[in-house]
Amino acid sequence: MAVTTFPAARATFRTCPVTTLKVDIAAERLIIANAVAAVVFLALGGLFALLLALTRWQAIHLLPADWFYRVLTGHGFDMLVAWIVFFEVAGLYFGSAILLNARLVGPRLAWLAYALMVVGAVLVNVMVLMGQADVMFTAYVPLKAHPLFYLGVILFAVGALIAVLLFFATVWVAGREGRYQGSMPLVTFGLMVAAIIAFYTLVSGALAFVPAFLWSLGLLPYVDPGYFRNVFWSFGHPAQQINLAAMVAVWYALATITVGATPLNEKLSRLAFVLYALFINLGSAHHLLSDPGPGFAWKMGNTSYAMYLAVLGSLIHAFSIPGAIEVAQRRRGLTKGAFEWLRKAPWHEPGFAALVLSMILFGWIGGVTGVVIGTEQINMLAHNTLRLPGHFHATVVAGTTLAFMGLTYYLIPLIFRKELKLKKLAQWQPYVFGVGMFLTILGMIGSGLLGIPRRHWDITFTNAPLQVTLPGAAQITLAVMGIGALIAVVGGILYLAVVLVSVFTGPRVEASRLTLVMDRRNPLVEQAIPNMGKEVTEKIAPRGTVILTFAFLVFFMAYYLTNWWLLGRMWWIR
Amino acid sequence: MVSPQALWWKPLHRYEKTWLIVGLVFCVFLTAMMPLWFVLGKQNVPTTTYRVDPLQYAVFVTRWAEANKVDTINNIPVVAPAPGSDVYLLGRQWQWYPVLKLQKGQTYRLHLSSQDIQHGFSLQPTNLNLQVLPGYEYVATITPTTGGEFAVICNEFCAIGHHLMVGKIIVTE
Repeated sequence: MAVTTFPAARATFRTCPVTTLKVDIAAERLIIANAVAAVVFLALGGLFALLLALTRWQAIHLLPADWFYRVLTGHGFDMLVAWIVFFEVAGLYFGSAILLNARLVGPRLAWLAYALMVVGAVLVNVMVLMGQADVMFTAYVPLKAHPLFYLGVILFAVGALIAVLLFFATVWVAGREGRYQGSMPLVTFGLMVAAIIAFYTLVSGALAFVPAFLWSLGLLPYVDPGYFRNVFWSFGHPAQQINLAAMVAVWYALATITVGATPLNEKLSRLAFVLYALFINLGSAHHLLSDPGPGFAWKMGNTSYAMYLAVLGSLIHAFSIPGAIEVAQRRRGLTKGAFEWLRKAPWHEPGFAALVLSMILFGWIGGVTGVVIGTEQINMLAHNTLRLPGHFHATVVAGTTLAFMGLTYYLIPLIFRKELKLKKLAQWQPYVFGVGMFLTILGMIGSGLLGIPRRHWDITFTNAPLQVTLPGAAQITLAVMGIGALIAVVGGILYLAVVLVSVFTGPRVEASRLTLVMDRRNPLVEQAIPNMGKEVTEKIAPRGTVILTFAFLVFFMAYYLTNWWLLGRMWWIR
Repeated sequence: MVSPQALWWKPLHRYEKTWLIVGLVFCVFLTAMMPLWFVLGKQNVPTTTYRVDPLQYAVFVTRWAEANKVDTINNIPVVAPAPGSDVYLLGRQWQWYPVLKLQKGQTYRLHLSSQDIQHGFSLQPTNLNLQVLPGYEYVATITPTTGGEFAVICNEFCAIGHHLMVGKIIVTE
């Protein structure tokens, strides 16, 4: 290991033997700290998930009502905020300092950001578990929590905001110090878009939570519930779209790591990211479609991301990433028919399995259901039913979380500098987790279509003053959700086992190759770098991807039109 | 993951161009569906909202229900308003008040608001869902197209008794 010190900057570097990148030791330590915190909150949120699934599975109905709502609040925060944002901060430091060969600007500030985030997240969890904040992740006013709950969220957001600003500073300084040649890599570009979205997301979070905090202290007499919903969702929804941009960046990274894919057309892929940055925050209106207040034009304009331009961004990636994989595979000689490249893909390489499952579950289920329930009128069929958790478990869990899990396996040798242990488990893990989440999501969406509400302890209404009978088929769909969640929890435990055993018992070794279980290859160096920007000839053009994406469009259309048909059978309303 | 060469602004491949155009057309179609349905469809999100004081609304609905009740179920008044009239429903921890008796095929102006915190109006099994906020009086012009007994459940978390909050709308043929 070679350690070099730049005279101009007080940073210590080592050179990674696999990627030949210079690694700032301070950045490396921060990446490790943030990744560890992320995994801790994933484990806690996963435990909560298990308890929730076993409660909503009506045949088991494990938790009492108060604990169900308490645990649901904790699950929402730990998964949607703590796990994801900690991992993203690790990703931002990796994408800026490491991928750009640069030094991390302000490591001390980065540690302060980390401390704020840890204190904030712990405060929220303590308040929730003490029963002082039974308000759900959304904390809609005038439902009131203990002031320390709001303070915890604010501290976490401030910490994350500092980390985002350090990312911008690092990218800027790297450019000024000439640490990389040409344009920044697409992965860093994607993370840059994620950071831009994160910036306005976190500012919106402050606009929602600071007034709520003051109100909980009695310093403000009233916070308008309509105002709160609007600014809360300018935080809550784009927060998940930071994940989207970060996850797509991770998809490009995993495609490079596992098969040596390079972007087909940098111009198009970057345009897609720019569409995200410009339009995706309009999606916060998805949560206000069935609300009193805003009119049709406001709802329609916002929910459609100004003519679905952010959706167009996703459609571009939906072609570009599988297309890039196909071209890389065809370059290797897998040119028979439309799908030889896919049949002979490295399905046993965990990063590839995670990438493909994440793309399918995110796109075919998460994306399609998102557009459908985000259609102004159709929203009345879905608002606050289990279809919503069905949608965002497909995006955030089966999509983002699975992609992040896949990436972790590669960060362990490269950043933690530990040999990956339990490789067989790592190979199976994406499939177990993916199948489990698929069933969970299917159960949720099926239940939602039957009218089953989300965030509800007892859909049999045993002690309610009036008798209510919901469709009996819900017993089956909720059981599917419960069984799926159990399988996904097993997948989560496998992930934790691989990570913990590798980090704590693996010997400290310098990584010698990029892939984990494929033969001793390094697709990044052997394929991606030599083929960067080379022309795509007819023989290696992505024909299979064209077929796949058009099949996707047919499926999309069928689900979309079915929902209009369902809406047409409802009572008339205006 | 690698920095591209300086010049990466290149024309698109034929397949990429096709997909981009198809995608754009699809986006235009998705956008057009909403205004089309707004003009032609029978199911649209209500757009009428008034500001209201939550307690005043609660007092008003209670008086209206007591004055017009035709029956009671478990001490909850049942109101059978005239077709075409204004109908009121009050959400509060943890009850939808009162029970409404409507006629199939007739149109009503249904007012929805909350006395305390946020609630979710969820009519089942029709599966019609609307958000209910304190301080906002949401007015939906509805026409029941199916008869029978419908449950109104709450699908916005409203504290510990949330799963006990139910109401009823009876639609006579």
